[in-house]
Amino acid sequence: MPKDNGIGASTKRREDVRFLTGAGNYTDDVNVYGQAYVHFLRSDVAHGRISKIDTSAAEAMPGVVRIFTGKDFEGIGGLPCGWQVTDRHGAAMKEPGHPVLAQGKVRHVGDPIAAVVAESLAEARDAAEAIEVEIEDLPAVVDMKAALESGAAKVHDDLDDNLCYDWGFVEENKEAVDKAISEAAHVTTLELKNNRLVANPMEPRVAVGDYSAANDESTLFTTSQNPHVIRLLMGAFVLGIPEHKLRVVAPDVGGGFGTKIFHYAEEAFCTFAARQLKRAVKWTSTRSEAFMSDAHGRDHVTKIELALDADNNFTAIRTETYANMGAYLSTFAPSVPTWLHGTLMAGNYKTPLIYVNVKAVFTNTVPVDAYRGAGRPEATYQLERVIDKAARELGVDPIALRRQNFITEFPYATPVAVEYDTGDYPATMDKLEEIADIKGFAARRAESEKRGKLRGLGVNCYIEACGIAPSNLVGQLGARAGLYDAATVRVNATGSISVMVGAHSHGQGHETSFPQVVAEMLGIDESMVDIVHGDSSKIPFGMGTYGSRSIAVCGSAMVRATEKIINKAKKIAAHLLEASEADIELKDGQFSVAGTDKSVAWGDVTLAAYVPHNYPLEDIEPGLEETAFYDPANFTYPSGAYACEVELDPETGKVTIERFAAADDFGNIINPMIVSGQVHGGLAQGIGQALLEDCAYDETGQLISASYMDYAMPRADDVPFYAVDHSCQTPCTHNPLGVKGCGEAGAIGSPPSVINAVIDALHSGGHSHVTHIDMPASPSRVWAAMHG
Amino acid sequence: MQMSDSREVDAPREVVWAAILNPEVLKECVPGCTEMTGTPEDGFQATVVQKVGPVKATFKGNVVVSERDEPNSLKLSGEGKGGAAGFAKGGATVRLEENGAGTLLHYDVEANVGGKLAQLGSRIIDGFAKKMADQFFTRLQEAIEGPQDPEEAAETEATPGDKKKGWFKRLVT
Repeated sequence: MPKDNGIGASTKRREDVRFLTGAGNYTDDVNVYGQAYVHFLRSDVAHGRISKIDTSAAEAMPGVVRIFTGKDFEGIGGLPCGWQVTDRHGAAMKEPGHPVLAQGKVRHVGDPIAAVVAESLAEARDAAEAIEVEIEDLPAVVDMKAALESGAAKVHDDLDDNLCYDWGFVEENKEAVDKAISEAAHVTTLELKNNRLVANPMEPRVAVGDYSAANDESTLFTTSQNPHVIRLLMGAFVLGIPEHKLRVVAPDVGGGFGTKIFHYAEEAFCTFAARQLKRAVKWTSTRSEAFMSDAHGRDHVTKIELALDADNNFTAIRTETYANMGAYLSTFAPSVPTWLHGTLMAGNYKTPLIYVNVKAVFTNTVPVDAYRGAGRPEATYQLERVIDKAARELGVDPIALRRQNFITEFPYATPVAVEYDTGDYPATMDKLEEIADIKGFAARRAESEKRGKLRGLGVNCYIEACGIAPSNLVGQLGARAGLYDAATVRVNATGSISVMVGAHSHGQGHETSFPQVVAEMLGIDESMVDIVHGDSSKIPFGMGTYGSRSIAVCGSAMVRATEKIINKAKKIAAHLLEASEADIELKDGQFSVAGTDKSVAWGDVTLAAYVPHNYPLEDIEPGLEETAFYDPANFTYPSGAYACEVELDPETGKVTIERFAAADDFGNIINPMIVSGQVHGGLAQGIGQALLEDCAYDETGQLISASYMDYAMPRADDVPFYAVDHSCQTPCTHNPLGVKGCGEAGAIGSPPSVINAVIDALHSGGHSHVTHIDMPASPSRVWAAMHG
Repeated sequence: MQMSDSREVDAPREVVWAAILNPEVLKECVPGCTEMTGTPEDGFQATVVQKVGPVKATFKGNVVVSERDEPNSLKLSGEGKGGAAGFAKGGATVRLEENGAGTLLHYDVEANVGGKLAQLGSRIIDGFAKKMADQFFTRLQEAIEGPQDPEEAAETEATPGDKKKGWFKRLVT
């Protein structure tokens, strides 16, 4: 019988009650007495020099409190970048300034030029129209390769060119890789694009800055995945506010997907303006603003070569990637195409030699940073597409070619610096073949063909590095932060528990799954445990939620803190039971003396801790509250195998997804239902990328897909009922829960199988000249490829 | 976007030339134009109200006349700012060729949009620009020649003798 409490129970998400009944408390629900409203005047050209800003007419408009421009931010720090990449030649990446409001130049459509603070939002918007801005147009660079040509317009005048860095990994392997490729029996080459995406969380970004002059305290309410990181970056690097005078609160957040990790100009502005004006200042992004101010994702152009020997063993991989940084370096942008991408190029395969080259390029576009998967989807896509192409070229079964090259012994040190602790790739592939009913595909294809449709099957594997991250390792790789996490377990007098966690839940269901762990460890009911998160004044200094790290890193901290609680509670119980501490056992919420029927209940122990009348005060302190910080020893390595079946209408080029199966190995699982939900969401986003979503700029740098009329989000009828399985479990060896993380897998693992399936469908219809279609595989692209 | 087209106008080149440079004519002919002032020498100032897909805005801007080679060719270029709606800018090179007693008017138009217009209206901007140009030159032709459609002509205050003339041609002949 399935468990109904603790680890392994599919407990329904308690937070959904408030989300589904309109009782959530999102940042836009936060209203501070006397607040003013801010509207940002944003650049509508991609690149230009600001020759004049005249705010005098606007300042005279009704309701205007104050208008800020770049001048107000002279001498104030710009937005910092949290990761420094060192290039192939040992030089630091180029790190141009990132002002809160434009200084002298605008560098992308949406770059904020001025901010109008007014009594109402309508007045702020009206006044913004009265600001006179003259911008001398400059040529915009949009295409990455064109941006690197000599004579290209420079996004940043103080840099030599538009190259942020030219990264080689592992540089020492380059010659050996070149040699292996030149000597290979077969080399498959593929050039592809990983399309630019906009994360589009349901809740747009919001910032409310507040200031209490009486005690010189600032508060920022913001839609963030990591309030402590924002407090550190904004307090220390931008505004110079000591951390004890700055509180950052991220209440209910309606989806993040990475785009709410970063420290944004609007957050710094609202905090700054509230201090200047001594009143609260609120900004709520419109959807249009979100398209041109939220960090975008992906946008890589890659050439990958896969070398094989005469027996079809992979011998080497070489890649060259252009990665778009946009106009400025967003908080973690430099890490995405490098350490989150290059280190994953081994995938699930024992390729002995790998060389990855990445050129990061500044362009006059919105900054690009982590989006669900961040670097790992880009790695997976290239690798799994080129393997499929190689199988086709060699005339071998794509599943068999993968199986032949699987890593089978663990731990496995890849040639790209990471060491996989566990995995069982043949087992996940076996499971996939079962749940996808690969054997039945031929019959389904024949049935489709009867109806005049082409049917294709695409398969891929993936591996990801999650549980981000070992601080000492990422420090060596250029991170300017540690990536541990923290939890405080506060046991109340009557035995209920509040756990203050550094992780932030914005859809992941932490409020349900985290209590399951504590309840399991103590043998009490989950309902006795609540999670507190998202408020820097309430929680210990944790690093937030991204990179599928919450349960693996923060969950581990929570386990460590709970272990401390158990140790102390056993001391109290031993005292109450007049027994030796070594003989105390905790089971089902009862402390008992081994081998006797003497026991004391959890609640009696916790009450004794706070009403210490009969208590070993000479040995231990009263109270029952413990904090632990946890720094992981390694990344975790979730893996899986996915299969997609598409039907393609040869008349129109329209592709529909008929079946999708995902067999994942996430190690141990806390709440199977939540894990399935995470996979479902990731699959929808991966399918969205593969078939629908595309963030497009025209050649002048105008963003031309900035609404849901032009940016096609996946809808319910674009995705099938998924077959999802996570019964293959090789527990992580280095964290106490044996968990690996599941948040990004669906988005990482699904795009290649969709495109592999589309190519397979086209080949079955005789269109064997089509070896690749860039994402999104829209009907027009598919149709053009068929007839190209 | 770019487009080219030509039209036969039943008037001599000098008349067509003068019409193109007359702010009153331009105001009548530019779709949505509510104000047009200025001179060919100093440029024109225009206010145009237009709706592009979901974006409706009042555009204010300047039109500069350059490369004037009377009565053969000229270039019109301008930029209209629509505040929060973004901007539209573009130019038209107009060539006038003798065509019997009339004129063959060639035009090459180039137009760009930016800001919200590009973000929300890019799918429809080509069609929109073509419609704007068509309307402009149709109205110009009508202003010079008189309406093509007899019913529409009857609605104007045209007298029988003026039936073949547009209001501008009446003005100058």
